[in-house]
Amino acid sequence: MADNVTPRVRVPRDATAGEEITIKTLISHPMESGQRKDGDGNVIPRSIINRFTCTFNGETVIDVTLEPAISTNPYFEFQAIVPASGTFEFTWYDDDGDVYTDSKDITVG
Amino acid sequence: MKLTRRHTLMMAFGSALAAVMPFRAFAAVEDNIAAFTGGAAVGSEGITLIAPEIAENGNTVPIEVNAPGAEAIIVFAAGNPTPSVATFNFGPMAASQSAATRIRLAGTQDVVAIARMPDGSFVQASQEVKVTIGGCGG
Repeated sequence: MADNVTPRVRVPRDATAGEEITIKTLISHPMESGQRKDGDGNVIPRSIINRFTCTFNGETVIDVTLEPAISTNPYFEFQAIVPASGTFEFTWYDDDGDVYTDSKDITVG
Repeated sequence: MKLTRRHTLMMAFGSALAAVMPFRAFAAVEDNIAAFTGGAAVGSEGITLIAPEIAENGNTVPIEVNAPGAEAIIVFAAGNPTPSVATFNFGPMAASQSAATRIRLAGTQDVVAIARMPDGSFVQASQEVKVTIGGCGG
């Protein structure tokens, strides 16, 4: 239903051990709230991303429950600790069952 | 039907009641808060909610919540058709219990953030946001 859903994530390429880094994520998605009506007065059915998670080497950084009040193209910014080199995994769960994922590697030098 | 004095008074009363109706939404947000806190007392220290005082476009209002040490932060928009906005659960790899996002606001209203602390207590912050153009496609 939601077309052209593209996740975009910004994570630094490298960090020092134990550093706190800021992660920014954006995913293009209409986030149809279920409140709007089309030209004929029919309610446009709800179609949103209802959950977003970020993990680092399998451990949770943040787990967000989204409601229809989140804007189109949901944007999140948060901080994570990087104790060692590893991979950040990002997952978005759509109302229609689709799951969108992205991952970023980070190197501790 | 003849328009008597009594009818006129009743009609005036009815329209006044209709004007008050939107405030029923605040009762809904109270219920939501109670569901999250389990009716526990809510403090006000240790949480910050950053939102603009005036948002020109209710479709994307940037907000930021920060509650050091919190397990979870829940955000409500008291005047939206559905008051819940988002719940942030922080895991062991979160460096700080803060997050920023963009939300929709139907009109001028209070935005409320409540954090659950690991010891089971709750803290709350709220801020009024004036919205020039509402964000619910009404």
